[in-house]
Amino acid sequence: MSKPVLATTSLAGCFGCHMSILDIDERILQLIELVEFNKSPVDDIKTFTKPVDIGIIEGGCCNSENVEVLRSFRKNCKILISLGECAIMGGLPAMRNGIPVEECLHEAYIGGPTVQLNKSHILPNDDELPMLLDKVYPCHEIVKIDYFLPGCPPSADLIWNALVALLTGDPMKLPYEVVKFD
Amino acid sequence: MKNIVKQIIENYGTDKNRLMDILIDIQEQFGYISREAIELMAHMLGLSQVDVEQTITFYHFFSLKPRGKYAIYLNDSVVAYMFGRQAIKEAFEKEAGVKFGQVTDDGLIGLFNTACIGMNDQEPAAIINNKVFTKLTPYRVREIIRHMREGKELDELSNESHGDGKNQHHLLKTMVWSNIRRKGMILSDDYTTGKVLNSVLPTMSPEAVIAEIKHSHIRGRGGAGFPTGFKWEFCRRAKGPKHYVICNADEGEPGTFKDRVILTEKPELVFEGMAIAGYAIGGDEGILYLRYEYRYMKEYLEDVLQKMRNQHLLGENIGGIEGFNFDIRIQFGAGAYVCGEESALLESLEGKRGEPRDKPPFPVEKGYLNLPTIINNVETFATAVRIIENGGEWFTQFGTEDSTGTKILSISGDCMFPGVYEVNWGFNVEDMLNMVGAYDVQAVQVGGPSGTLIGPDEFYRTLGYSDLSTGGSMIIFGKQRNLLKDVVLNFMEFFIDESCGSCSTCRNMPQVMRNKLVKILNGNGVKSDLAELKEWSKILIASRCGLGQTAGNPIVSSLKNFRHLYEVLLQKDVEFDQGFNLEASVQDSCKFVGRVPNFNHH
Repeated sequence: MSKPVLATTSLAGCFGCHMSILDIDERILQLIELVEFNKSPVDDIKTFTKPVDIGIIEGGCCNSENVEVLRSFRKNCKILISLGECAIMGGLPAMRNGIPVEECLHEAYIGGPTVQLNKSHILPNDDELPMLLDKVYPCHEIVKIDYFLPGCPPSADLIWNALVALLTGDPMKLPYEVVKFD
Repeated sequence: MKNIVKQIIENYGTDKNRLMDILIDIQEQFGYISREAIELMAHMLGLSQVDVEQTITFYHFFSLKPRGKYAIYLNDSVVAYMFGRQAIKEAFEKEAGVKFGQVTDDGLIGLFNTACIGMNDQEPAAIINNKVFTKLTPYRVREIIRHMREGKELDELSNESHGDGKNQHHLLKTMVWSNIRRKGMILSDDYTTGKVLNSVLPTMSPEAVIAEIKHSHIRGRGGAGFPTGFKWEFCRRAKGPKHYVICNADEGEPGTFKDRVILTEKPELVFEGMAIAGYAIGGDEGILYLRYEYRYMKEYLEDVLQKMRNQHLLGENIGGIEGFNFDIRIQFGAGAYVCGEESALLESLEGKRGEPRDKPPFPVEKGYLNLPTIINNVETFATAVRIIENGGEWFTQFGTEDSTGTKILSISGDCMFPGVYEVNWGFNVEDMLNMVGAYDVQAVQVGGPSGTLIGPDEFYRTLGYSDLSTGGSMIIFGKQRNLLKDVVLNFMEFFIDESCGSCSTCRNMPQVMRNKLVKILNGNGVKSDLAELKEWSKILIASRCGLGQTAGNPIVSSLKNFRHLYEVLLQKDVEFDQGFNLEASVQDSCKFVGRVPNFNHH
């Protein structure tokens, strides 16, 4: 039997959740025995090359590219997991929700106290750039998400336990230490 | 300005518990509450400025900015919409030249939305500087605004004849109608004020009064239905240097207006009931907590109180009973539905934000100023008089076994004779609809937005605490109404606006549910949405008060009884759709940075 295939991505996140994946330490050797990585920053595969069993999403959606990547994950993965606060709730980036996007752009590129060099008030409008959404969306407001692993970041043990449970079909272990976030 | 504010504060004995009265007077005097006034109040009352500010911002009739010489509050309850509110709103905006929520540049006119003002039987209605204008038409709106611009005074703005009954009293002179369509023991004219206080009470001990109330099995008429006799008994037993009697006349449940009618037509009965309660629990002070929407009754009700004092029905040694002293004062709310919840009402009475308290302790032990307090509905006090007059046994012949006596219903919506009907408990909905001239009925909202929405197959059900419990609000919807879009959505917006924000459940879940309903109405609904609405609503039970616990009811109840209305809106063969639209969501940012949205090359 071929190994289950895993894909991961970081959308509007800080890569902290991916750092937490790496925090499983030496178990990563065990992990690559158990699964095969496809599109993921872990192995730097940029596009899906085959159907994937488990997709892990870090971060919510703040721009059009996030939405497209998330939709491609939904299309190519049997199971999708929202990993961490930003994917589940929008997290820190969602602090701009409630403020009109025009105001955010103005603050960032024209009016903000740290804007020093942009004398001619250029706004990022190159056609190659992703387009900013009106607000930051949690992943489940864009596509169907099957599982949610909370935390900022979720602890390495929580991620490990979830993957083991998914791969073995056994109930997930959720001892207090693993879901205690502070 | 400073001197006037100082005078107002001193009028209330520089007592921080009277902050609501102080704020109301300042708001009425200046049209807003200024920074200087806040500083002065904080200083004189020994509060922090934030204490004062948080009370101000809680109530929607208070404002930190000028609301205009004429502040127009247009009712936005569902029945107002059914009777043409949209056209009235547009006429106001066109004539005044500003949108709702704004004030004209010259400071003359301010337009504001407000929740149900208790005029559901005469909509569309508005309150302008405490004066109620009913049955508005676009023509009248144009005329009113024109007259304001011509410099006419408030009294010159109305040209309507006065309403029926006591609405013509020289201290009311209002165009509001009582519309009493059916009378029972409370609304009948066969009671002479003072009979119980003068003739019956002197023969009874306080314990005997409580025993009669208990024997009558009367339950609270506000909606919750707690047995009144037990409440009085618990309070009498509670230890404290002073006991309070409070009449809850906050009547905020949309569609309810019977307390307005009772207080207009039978205020003496209510006040006599409060005095009887004072005798029973051993209290000498009563407070009528009246919603600000009924501010127009202030002089009238104070006059009634004065007359009762003159007749020795209030004051000292009432009814010749040595040591039975009792008096009543009126205190106003300032626009907050949640203050109808008794512990929120107490907070409001003490000059604070109307946030419900944790219970226990219950008000009978620690109520107003932490002293033993009973809080009863207007109708309960009025009924208590007839019980003591005729005995608890007599009372039980009316109504049903578990719901004794009569109930005054406020009936509005699609019917020929909206108004107030006093019926025996046990009346069924079918008979009620025939009585009020309602035909082709699609649904009836029993008990207001926090109650139940029922359809024709449940019209056999009866009104009573064991079946259809109601505080009195009955809103009838004809076949032509869009229940989900026009009714349920309006009710959800109401709960979202009126949440005090204290519990996260009530602060958030109604919004989540409203958004899901909007999504379904927009055609993005899928089957799982209905299951989720039902499941998620359960979390509301964790809220501290009844408002929060019932805030999902418009959706829960319509989902239960009108599920087909939801199902026809759902997409077939689509399992997931959150209504997200990528094209629409990038419009604003692209426009701002000056680029054309492009979805092709990524």
